Amino acid sequence: MEAATATSARPASRNETRGALAVGRRALNWLLNAYAGLALIYLLVPIAVIVVFSFNNPVGRFNFIWNEFSFEAWGDPFGVQGIGDALINSIEIAALSTVGATILGTITALALVRYEFRGRAPVNFFIFIPLATPEVVLGAALLSLFLNAGVATGFNTILIAHIMFNLSFVIVTVRSRLIGFDRSLEEAAQDLGATPWETFRLVTLPLIMPGVISAALLAFALSIDDFVITNFNAGSTITFPLFIWGAARVAIPPQIYVLASMIFLFTLAMMLITVWQQRRAEKMAAIRPDEPETA
Amino acid sequence: MPAGLKKAGLPYLLLLPGLGWLLLFFAVPLVIMLIESLKTGSIDFGFTLTWEFSNYTDALDTYSEQFLRSFEYAGLATLFALVIGYPLAYVIAFRGGKWRNALLLAVIVPFFVTYLIRTLSWETILSDSGLVVDTLRTVGIVSEGGRVLDTTASVVAGITYNFLPFMILPLYASLERIDTRLLEAGYDLYGRRRDVFLRVTLPLSMPGVVAGTLLTFIPAAGDFINAELLGTPRQFMIGNVIQSRYLEVADYPTAAALSFLLMAFMLIIVIIWARIAGTEALLGTEGERR
Repeated sequence: MEAATATSARPASRNETRGALAVGRRALNWLLNAYAGLALIYLLVPIAVIVVFSFNNPVGRFNFIWNEFSFEAWGDPFGVQGIGDALINSIEIAALSTVGATILGTITALALVRYEFRGRAPVNFFIFIPLATPEVVLGAALLSLFLNAGVATGFNTILIAHIMFNLSFVIVTVRSRLIGFDRSLEEAAQDLGATPWETFRLVTLPLIMPGVISAALLAFALSIDDFVITNFNAGSTITFPLFIWGAARVAIPPQIYVLASMIFLFTLAMMLITVWQQRRAEKMAAIRPDEPETA
Repeated sequence: MPAGLKKAGLPYLLLLPGLGWLLLFFAVPLVIMLIESLKTGSIDFGFTLTWEFSNYTDALDTYSEQFLRSFEYAGLATLFALVIGYPLAYVIAFRGGKWRNALLLAVIVPFFVTYLIRTLSWETILSDSGLVVDTLRTVGIVSEGGRVLDTTASVVAGITYNFLPFMILPLYASLERIDTRLLEAGYDLYGRRRDVFLRVTLPLSMPGVVAGTLLTFIPAAGDFINAELLGTPRQFMIGNVIQSRYLEVADYPTAAALSFLLMAFMLIIVIIWARIAGTEALLGTEGERR
């Protein structure tokens, strides 16, 4: 906004070019906004297509061509053999791996930011490598381990895999929240006689909670969405993405789009609630005087 | 235990569970896969370690086409994502006003829908009797009876779409951090819009460009879902080969060698980028205690 006022206040050297410049500038502004609008539409159209086609009554096995409006699939979202079990597997794995990765990752992030110790730089690098490794390599490598160790792949190996790929994401997210954290608050708690555990539970954890929650949300979203790594380590267990992959070659019933729309609406609601709560927490924090910057 | 010793050991103790998990299920598997990649044999007669380094050269020879295609498609998709994403991130950061958060939410909304279904949605959109193909046929860009699905264009479009938010978010983060007083200073010094953008805004947003291109390129180069659903074997990338060698043919040595080659290429690219951008920005460890 300030930049815009500065632009318009800029003196033009010649009066006659001024009008032309202003028109040109306005046209350019308009073009840029229109371009950004088109980019947003590009992002959202496929999502809208999914919601719209969840109401389709398709001809044939594939839900690609619009036929007629129908509530049939929404009335019976689990009406396709195996789709309900697949979704339940996905939700269970996502919930368990989120809890596991969030706890492990938060502790690791605390250790990394809080303490000076030898080998911190290589540890930081080591945590970064899984993020820079293509998923197909992560999945293949983990399967090599299970094959060599004679571990049968299934629910548990999927869970192990999901905690593994979520860990780095959680550590990075919580760590960014911990950097810039005001340590004098903890010192104050300890001066007032709190034990290290009490300090952590009553001071540190509530302050880093927004970071932990965003990390957990990210982990849940990544887990429930994962196909590539799961595909390598699933054995005969079917998750929702694996179900879709299997279906994509044979038949795509509208129920897949219905469940996708449901997950979409649920995630959107969760997201809005979190944003709203964080904003409320920030407002509360702003009321208190001398609150140190925690963001 | 003396307090000093206890304190020195504490960070390692806290690191143990998380790092242990990563060691056991990320590092150890890589070592096992390395050994796997040097074996010979078959699934029926078993694999034996023969230090077969030619697995690597053979794999590279046989699948150089898919390797090159992966980098070509990923490069194109990264470029398109940058061209599409930068102006959008710019508008949200500088003109979003009170709509900023809502607009950002719109950017990540695609992530709320399963990756595979997003890709299926593109299959729906680009399908032969769909609206897009009909329009393109009417305009004459696509010939009568021509297709969009199962072409290079559809695969690259799918990859671009699926990883676009990974480009936009870091771009937005770096643009949003720019102190607008710097831009004002540029205008006060009679800088034209273009000059202020090229000499102030763009250089300051470079960390976002570097992070965004990496976050887009790495998953894109290893992707096989878009090629599988939106393409044909003629569009198959190295990810398709690794997945079928591993899961369908059970040719573990070749699949392992290909995985390592892919990872090696990625690390080279990351290191080059890190040189350009600085490791701290890349690892996100700026501002740590030291």
